[in-house]
Parts: sequence; structure tokens; C-alpha cells
Amino acid sequence: MENVVPYKIQILSIIGALAFMFFIFRLIAKGKLREEYSIIWIICTVVLLVFSFWRNGLDILAKLLGVYYAPALVFLAAIFAIIIFLVHLSVVNSKQHEQIKKLTQEMAILKSKVLGDEKKDNV
Amino acid sequence: MKTEINNINVLIIIPCFNEEASIYKLLLEIKGVKIPNVILHALPVNDCSTDKTTNEIERATSVYLDLTVNLGIGGAVQSGYHFAQLHQYDIAVQLDGDGQHPVSELSKLLTPLIQNECDVVIGSRFIHKEGFQSSSLRRFGINYFKRLNQFLLGIKITDSTSGYRAINTKALKLVCDYYPDEYPEPEAIILFHMNGLKIREVPVEMKERQGGVSSISSFRSLYYMIKVTLGILFIYFRIKFYGKRSTL
Repeated sequence: MENVVPYKIQILSIIGALAFMFFIFRLIAKGKLREEYSIIWIICTVVLLVFSFWRNGLDILAKLLGVYYAPALVFLAAIFAIIIFLVHLSVVNSKQHEQIKKLTQEMAILKSKVLGDEKKDNV
Repeated sequence: MKTEINNINVLIIIPCFNEEASIYKLLLEIKGVKIPNVILHALPVNDCSTDKTTNEIERATSVYLDLTVNLGIGGAVQSGYHFAQLHQYDIAVQLDGDGQHPVSELSKLLTPLIQNECDVVIGSRFIHKEGFQSSSLRRFGINYFKRLNQFLLGIKITDSTSGYRAINTKALKLVCDYYPDEYPEPEAIILFHMNGLKIREVPVEMKERQGGVSSISSFRSLYYMIKVTLGILFIYFRIKFYGKRSTL
């Protein structure tokens, strides 16, 4: 089972992981991605990098967990991570929904107050 | 906002979404209502109407709320509740903008609150079965919610989807804290009851809508049933296990 991963794919995956990391850092630097969301992506790129360099890592890990077909472990982990992240996004979304609601309500009340005051001044 | 100490200040919250056909008439009608020792103020809440609702409201009154973002009926009514709390109203009434809820029956809703007999009064069209009874599909849904309430809370609410209701300051504090966005009425009953508030139903005669489109069309009624059932169950378990909704 040793050395089933050819060098070509290893180089490709290292390049891919580095490019992804660069992309994430650029987003953070430009202020397009908040730090709190970037943490999970940085961890992802680190994991990607580790497994690109450590070629037997995946097989060892799969054997350790009793997974017969090592690539299945990749899919399992990836899908699991995606689901967790999606739930996280839903939570963030709900929070923002609540915040927008509060802002809209406060603004409506303030607007009516401003309108009322303007009318009083005109009289 | 208070003028005399003995008078009871009542705010009538009217959520409006495209109600240009009925809102002006409704506001005039409210102005004409006189109940002894009660000062009535109407507060239309315009939830991003796309028709001339704003103009119609301005024609009748200068006090209104105008939401910048469409919040749905729950969010619109809740902003009215915030307004009521801010200006220290004694009672807040919710009344739909489509003219379905008769203004003439207002004193029936207010009396039990003024006499301190309960905290929430719901106008029900099913106690005496008078007036507009709505479609059979809707009645089926209301029957279903009646059973669900009876099962969960052990109280009988004949018209849990009725948006014609009056609440006192105790209930006002609750709904300012949390009020569902979509189809809030059945959920709010759970919220009130589980927080120890007394709910009373009074018979009112409802009319068929004067204009506009109901927020519950038959096409979406299945979604409505599922959404509200989930909402009811969620709020039930939330209060049961966490006491109160943690602020998001």
C-alpha cells in the first residue's frame, strides 16, 4: 500500500492548497472576509497542506479508523465539515435576521418621532 | 402621551401590507369610536406596501410607523408593541388593516383587560358562530390548532389564528422580547399561557375582507400548517426547557 500517491498529484495538491491559502489571505487582507469566518478556512488549508506533504497520512489514518477505502475518509470528513459550516452559516443568518428586524423597528419608531417633531416645529 | 390619570390609553396597532382599499376608511372609523374613560390611538404600521397605502394612511393620520424593510406581519406588529411600550400605553390592540375586524366590537375586547380579569383577550369568531366564518380549509386548520393547543396547554382556544386581540402591559413586555415573524398568532398563545398569563376569548362577529389579499392563500396553507406547528412545538419546548428564549 505504500507510496500509492504519485508525485505528480502530490505537487498538484500542494499547489492547490497554497493557492487556496493565498486566496483566503487575500480576502482577509482586502477586508472582504471577517476574521472569525476566516479561521475555519485557514484550518482547512492547513489540513490540506499537511496531507499533501504527508503522503501516507491518509492511509494510516484510514487504517486507524477502520476505513477500508482511504479516499472515502476524505469524502466523509469533507462532507461533515461542509454540513457543520452550513449550520454555522444558518445560525449567523438567523442572528443577522434578528438584528435587521430590530434595526428596522427602531428606525420606524425614530422616523415617526422625527416626523412628529417636525410637524410640531412648523405649527 | 398620557393626558389624564384615570383614563386608559389604548394603542390600536394596524399592520398594513397593501391595504389601500380599506385603510383610510378603517382609520376614520377608529377616530369615530368613543368609549368612556378610554383614549384610543391608532397606529398603522406600513410594512413596505407597494401600493398607495402610505398616502391613504397620511390622509387619515400623522402618527404611523413606516418599515424600511419588509418584516412580515409579526415584525410589523412587534414594532407597534415597542411603540406602545415606549409611550407607556396601558393596552395594545392588534387589528388587521383589511377591515375584517369590526371596530365596533372593540369595547368587548377592552373590558376584561380594564377590569383586570385577564391579560390577553382574543376576539373569536367561533364562539357564537356569527358573521363571516372563512373557508372550510381554514376552518379545518383552526380546528387543528385548537386540538394542538388543548393537547399542549390544556386550554381551549376556539380561534387561535385570530389577529384581533388586546393585551395588557404584562403581555406587552413578553411580546416586545420575542414575537414570531410569520403567522405569529397561534405561537403567541403558547407564549402567553406558558408565561402564566390569563387568556380570555370573547365572541366577535368578523366581516369578509374589504380588500387586499390574505396572508394565507389556499396555495400556501400547507406550508402554513407545517410552519405554525413547528413554531408552536419549538416555542413550547423552548419555554419548557430553557425558560425563555435566549437573546440571539
